[in-house]
Amino acid sequence: MVEMNLIQAVNSGLKCAMEGDASVVVLGEDVGMDGGVFRATEGLLKKFGPARVMDTPLAESGIVGVAIGMAVAGLRPVPEIQFSGFLYMAYGQLVNHAARVRNRSRGKFTCPLVVRTPYSGGIRALEHHSESLEAIYAHVPGLKVVIPSSPYDAKGLLISAIKGNDPVVFMEPSRLYRAVKEEVPEGSYTVPIGKAKIVKEGSQITVISWGSMLQQTRLALNHTNVDVELIDLRTLKPLDVETIITSVKKTGRCVIVQEAPRTGGFASEIIALVNEQAIFSLKAPVARVTGFDTIFPLYKLEDHYLPSTERIINAIEATANY
Amino acid sequence: MAEKLLKTFNVRHLQVLDDTGKADSRLMPRLSARQLVELYGLMVLCRRFDEKALSLQRQGRLGTYASVLGQEASQIGAAYALGKADWVFPTYRDASILIVRKQPMVRVLQYFGGDERGSIPAEGVNNFPISIPVGTQGLHAVGAGMAATVQKKKFAALACFGDGATSEGDMNEAFNFAGVFKAPVIFLCQNNQYAISVPVKRQTAAETIAQKAIAFGFEGIQVDGNDVLAVYSATAAALKKAYAGKGPTLIECLTYRIQNHTTSDDASKYRSAAEVELWKKKDPVARMRKFLERKKLWDNRKEAELAAKVERQVSEAVSEYEAVPKPEVDDIFKYQYEELPGFLRRQMDDYKNLVEGK
Ligand SMILES: Cc1ncc(C[n+]2csc(CCOP(=O)(O)OP(=O)(O)O)c2C)c(N)n1
Repeated sequence: MVEMNLIQAVNSGLKCAMEGDASVVVLGEDVGMDGGVFRATEGLLKKFGPARVMDTPLAESGIVGVAIGMAVAGLRPVPEIQFSGFLYMAYGQLVNHAARVRNRSRGKFTCPLVVRTPYSGGIRALEHHSESLEAIYAHVPGLKVVIPSSPYDAKGLLISAIKGNDPVVFMEPSRLYRAVKEEVPEGSYTVPIGKAKIVKEGSQITVISWGSMLQQTRLALNHTNVDVELIDLRTLKPLDVETIITSVKKTGRCVIVQEAPRTGGFASEIIALVNEQAIFSLKAPVARVTGFDTIFPLYKLEDHYLPSTERIINAIEATANY
Repeated sequence: MAEKLLKTFNVRHLQVLDDTGKADSRLMPRLSARQLVELYGLMVLCRRFDEKALSLQRQGRLGTYASVLGQEASQIGAAYALGKADWVFPTYRDASILIVRKQPMVRVLQYFGGDERGSIPAEGVNNFPISIPVGTQGLHAVGAGMAATVQKKKFAALACFGDGATSEGDMNEAFNFAGVFKAPVIFLCQNNQYAISVPVKRQTAAETIAQKAIAFGFEGIQVDGNDVLAVYSATAAALKKAYAGKGPTLIECLTYRIQNHTTSDDASKYRSAAEVELWKKKDPVARMRKFLERKKLWDNRKEAELAAKVERQVSEAVSEYEAVPKPEVDDIFKYQYEELPGFLRRQMDDYKNLVEGK
C-alpha cells in the first residue's frame, strides 16, 4: 500500500494494466513525452516505449476512431481525451461505431476500449474545460460509463474497465485529481463495474452522488444531524439499481447530488427508477441538487454554478423534515 | 495505355526582412513610413501586454493565459492587413490579433481573468469571440466568407489556427469547403512548431503545412512568420484575391512559441533550452526595429518614447481590469436564450434567494 491521489492512482492503474497485458496501449494528445497535461500517463512512454504509448496528432475523432480499429483488431486501447469538453469531437465515432460493433457483428467483434477523460469544474480553467455531461454518454446504448471519486476506486475501476470487453467512457473528476490521498495497493486489483458503494450507512435518508460531487457531499454530512446513507454510484451504466432501491426502501427518502445541468441529467434517471420501484416507500418527494441549465460559466462565476455545501444541506434537511 | 506525370507542385517561402532587418526591396509591401512605424508600435505594445498578462497570471491576478511571445509578426502582420469589415475568427493564442483589431486590452484581460464580458466584441469591427476547441473555427470563417459571396458584399474572413489544428477533421473540412465554394477566406496558420508538447512533425508527414492547400485546390504559401512585412504582404495579397472572387489562400507562418504553451504548461519537459535560444535570436520585434533603424525611421529616443507610451497604455488597461466589479449571478443565466424561459428564471431566482439569505 502507498498513499496516492486520484491522478497517481490512474497512472498506477495504467501501468499495472500495461504490465499485465501486452495488448494494452495508450494514445492521445500529449500522453507520451509530456506525460499528459494532468500527468496521468507520466513515465509510461519511458517504461513501455512509443509503440504502446502514442503521442497522436491533435484530432479527437481520429483518436477514438483509430482506437476502435485497434480494438477490433486485437488491442486494448486506452485513449485519453484531454478534457471531456473535447470528447464531443469524437461523439460520432463513439455512438456510431464503438457502441455498436458488438451488436452490428452479432457478437463476433467486440470493442474493448476505454476512453479516459477528465471532467468537472472548479479548476479555474478556460471555456470547455469544466463540463459534466456524463448523461449524454449514459444515454447511448452500448456504452458503459464509469466515474470514480476516490483514488482506490479509480485504479480498481480503471483496471476492470481495461480488462472488460465493451467500450467504456471513464470520466475522471479533475477537481479531485489532487484533492485527496488514500492507501492504494501498488499491484493490480479490480473494483467491479456496475456496483455502487455505500460510503456511509444511515437510516433516515439516502443521498446519492458520484464523481466530482462525492467528496463535497460527504463533507456536507458533517453539517447536519440527519442520519444519511451515502451512496457513490461509481458506475452510471450499467447502474446498480438494486443498491439504490434497497436503500431508498429502507430510508424512505432520497436526495441526489450531481454537478451536471439539471434537465435530462442522470439524477432524472434515478428519480424515474425510484418512482418505478420504490414509490410506496417514499415519505417525501425525491430531491435533486444540480448545476444550472446553463453553459458552465468562466471561472469568476464558477463557484456559483457548482452545487454548494449549503444547497446540499438544505436539500437533505428539507427532505428529511418533509 | 501509358503512365504520365500528371501534376507536380511547388511551395513558395516568402521572407522580406532577413534576420538582420535588411529588406529585399523587390518584395517590400507598399507601406508608408508612417505605417511601418505604426506596425512596429503595435508589436511593442502587444509584447508589453503579453509580458504583463504573464506576470499578472503569476501573481494570481489572471487565469490561464496563452502567450504570444515570438509570434507577434505573424499575428500583427496579418491583422494589420485587414479591413474593418473583414471577419476574424481567433483562438486563445491570438491576443495580439485582437488588440490590433481594436479589442480593448481590458477586455482581453477580463476574458483570461474568467469574466465572460471580456468576449464582448469591439464595436465597428467583425471579431468573433475566441474559440477554444482547436480547429473548429476554421469552418466558421469559411461560412462567413460564403455569406459575403451570397450577399455580394466585399469582405473576407481570416481563420486563425495553429499547426496542431491542421490535424483536426473540422479544419480539413474547412479547407475543402473553402476550395469548393471559392470562399473569400484567408487561412492563417501560425506554425509555432508545437501543439502543447507535440512537435509539428508528429502532426503531419507533409513537409510543409502550406502544401496542404494544393490538395484542396487552392494556393498555399509559407512565409517567415517572424517577419512582419512578409506576413503583411502575403495577407494583403490573399485579401486582394479574396475580394476579387478568386478564392481562399492558406498562409503558413513559420514561427516559434517562445513561452510555455500556456501558464499551466512546462515546456522544459519536451524541448531543449538550446532550441528556444536559437529562436530567440530570430526575434520578430527586434528584427523590425533593426529594419526601421536602417531606414533611419527609428532611434533610441523614439524607442524610449514608445516604451513609455505603451507602458502607460498597458498599465491603464490593467488598472481598469482590476477595477471592474465582479459579474453578477444573473450573468450566468441572461444569455442562454433570447428570453429567459420560466424554468431557468426559477433556477436563477431560487439561487439568488439563497445567496441573498432570503
Ligand atoms: C478540440 C481540442 N482538443 C484539445 C484541446 C486542448 N488543447 C488546447 S491547445 C492545444 C494545442 C494546440 O496546438 P496548435 O493548434 O498548434 O496551436 P498553439 O496552441 O500552438 O497556438 C490542445 C491540444 C483543445 N483546446 N481543443
